[in-house]
Amino acid sequence: MKVSCNIKVNHLTRVEGHGNIRIRIKNGQVEEAGWDVVETPRFFEAILVGKLWENAPYLCGRICGICSIGHTLASIRAVENAFGIVPDRQTAGLRLLLKHMETLQSHILHLYFLAAPDFLHIGSVLPLVQTHPEVVQRATRLKLLANDACDIIGGRRVHPTRTVVGGFTMLPEKSQLALIKARLEAALPDLVKTAQLFQTFSLPDFVRETEFVSLKGRDHYPFIGGDLVSSDGVVKKEDEYLQMTNEYMVDHSTSKWSRLSRQSLAAGALARFNNNFAFLHPKAREVAASFSLQPVNHNPFMNNIAQLVECVHVVIDSIVIIEELLAAKWQEPRQPVIPKAGRGVGAVEVPRGILYHAYEFDQAGRITRADCVIPTSQNNANIHYDIIELARQSAAQQRTDAEIQRLAEMLVRAYDPCISCSVH
Amino acid sequence: MTAKEHTYLGVPVKKPKVAFFEFTSCEGCQLQLLNNEATLVDFLALLNIVNFREAMSEQSDDYEIAFVEGSITRDDEAEQLKEIRARAQTLVAIGSCACFGGVNQLKNRFNDLAWVKEQVYGSHPIESREAMPLSAIVPVDLEIYGCPIKKEEVERVVTNLVLGKSIDYPKYPVCVECKANHNVCLFDLGQPCLGPITRAGCDAWCPSNRLGCWGCRGPAEKPNVRQLRQIMHEHGFSDEQMLDRLECFGGFGQYVSELKSASKE
Repeated sequence: MKVSCNIKVNHLTRVEGHGNIRIRIKNGQVEEAGWDVVETPRFFEAILVGKLWENAPYLCGRICGICSIGHTLASIRAVENAFGIVPDRQTAGLRLLLKHMETLQSHILHLYFLAAPDFLHIGSVLPLVQTHPEVVQRATRLKLLANDACDIIGGRRVHPTRTVVGGFTMLPEKSQLALIKARLEAALPDLVKTAQLFQTFSLPDFVRETEFVSLKGRDHYPFIGGDLVSSDGVVKKEDEYLQMTNEYMVDHSTSKWSRLSRQSLAAGALARFNNNFAFLHPKAREVAASFSLQPVNHNPFMNNIAQLVECVHVVIDSIVIIEELLAAKWQEPRQPVIPKAGRGVGAVEVPRGILYHAYEFDQAGRITRADCVIPTSQNNANIHYDIIELARQSAAQQRTDAEIQRLAEMLVRAYDPCISCSVH
Repeated sequence: MTAKEHTYLGVPVKKPKVAFFEFTSCEGCQLQLLNNEATLVDFLALLNIVNFREAMSEQSDDYEIAFVEGSITRDDEAEQLKEIRARAQTLVAIGSCACFGGVNQLKNRFNDLAWVKEQVYGSHPIESREAMPLSAIVPVDLEIYGCPIKKEEVERVVTNLVLGKSIDYPKYPVCVECKANHNVCLFDLGQPCLGPITRAGCDAWCPSNRLGCWGCRGPAEKPNVRQLRQIMHEHGFSDEQMLDRLECFGGFGQYVSELKSASKE
């Protein structure tokens, strides 16, 4: 029997923001399928115009509730690059540590609270509180550790307070950092158990070749600044980001779309993994191997596993960073800021992929132009074409309506989209 | 867990059916509800959550309390908010966007929506109207302030709501909480701060991290904005810097216009 179905998912659940999935198949032929972003825009790029530089990180952190730290750091980097400020080693270390902890918090939130319920055939993580309390406790323990670390370093887990242009308003107590280090060491067994849990899930076998875009590592797995790279071989400087993003508008989306060498591109944990595998910690690579995940992998569902691999990497790297910070004497937390006219770009790998902030300033340090390119907006076209291909394969495999809808929802969730962020 | 297992002073407490909704926002306030992991399970046990799109797939239109995040910036949002209002006995606005318009209302300051749209989308048509707080569209029963909201305050407000206790907010400014925390004054550290005029209740969250207050919770009772302006000037801060903070979240409405006209004089 040939597949016919008309699937409409309005306001997909267990993702950040508002997006719709549509799939219409008639007699085994895909008539129409796609991904619509219906989120209301907030117009951050306009809001910033005329504001003094110090507003930028404070306002831009508020583009996103989940990755506010990443937005704040990208914004700070753009301002510092425009003013010619180079962060010292202490500031760079603390920022990377803060970034790692946001990555851990966000990935754990996604893996346990947003993605795992699909594999367990439940609507949310809530039933697990009764049936598998140890799983929920492990998830909250990991998330709490990451959030506590963000509080200690950035001042606050959502919309950080201590992160400013030039450095930090104040520094954590070394004793607090030492406690975080001990908890990070204790988190490694929890991540092993997380990997064991995900080993019991069967990840859909779906492949559509695409182009992966991320920061380009030179001697380490990159998170803050540096060159840009794609798996099709494009390499650009940070301030040439517009040549990597090529944003354009489509009628059925309030988010912009991106493309590079193909009709779509992908950013995120899998993109970073594919482009910078060599720089992952050996223990993180072991986890990847246990899932037979190797670069270049084109199965978007494997983004979940790439997130898990990154959790291991950032926890181990955070321990190393803390050791170095503890061994050194605290320096001044903040260097003076002298505004000047010019343009600055900041590229930062946030949990969902590479994020760019770019500002132009006048002599007084007022913003004359602002541009933010969000990971999910770069992914939206890829999600769209994946849904079409998934519909085509599902029709050929004669799947039921319910199966097709479930797979399509899981596919979008695998990208861990941050939709309000993508519209901003 | 059944309702019978929850009692307060020996009286059984009913678990209210609760729904969460979000309009134009970063969804950070809803995320805050999932944060504070140490008390999350106890907090969830107080409520019968029937709608929380960001965290669960099940959905229901049968609820008693609606928590709503975000400001209203499109007609379909206003319509949905009216439906929520009609269904919920209690409508709670959570966060600065829902209470005042939040950072979203900064676009209103240009008084030129066409220019705002053009800045971001060029000639591509896009639907958006002036950002408004929920209370501009429907009556709101309770407001939980902050950008982001503070989980401890949410827990206190929600517990009192469930138990039928009264809900009070401090009338004094953030400055009082900041002093109680033995912080060095931000002005003495060379930073501008709205702590003297902003409604307390956050435990001086930002000043305790050496970031001056940006006024996300709106004005304290009878704020002396004129005096604060003088303090700002004495410490070398411009009207522009004060205005950046005063207009940031939309809570200071009339005081923003007053400062704008005073600074022109």
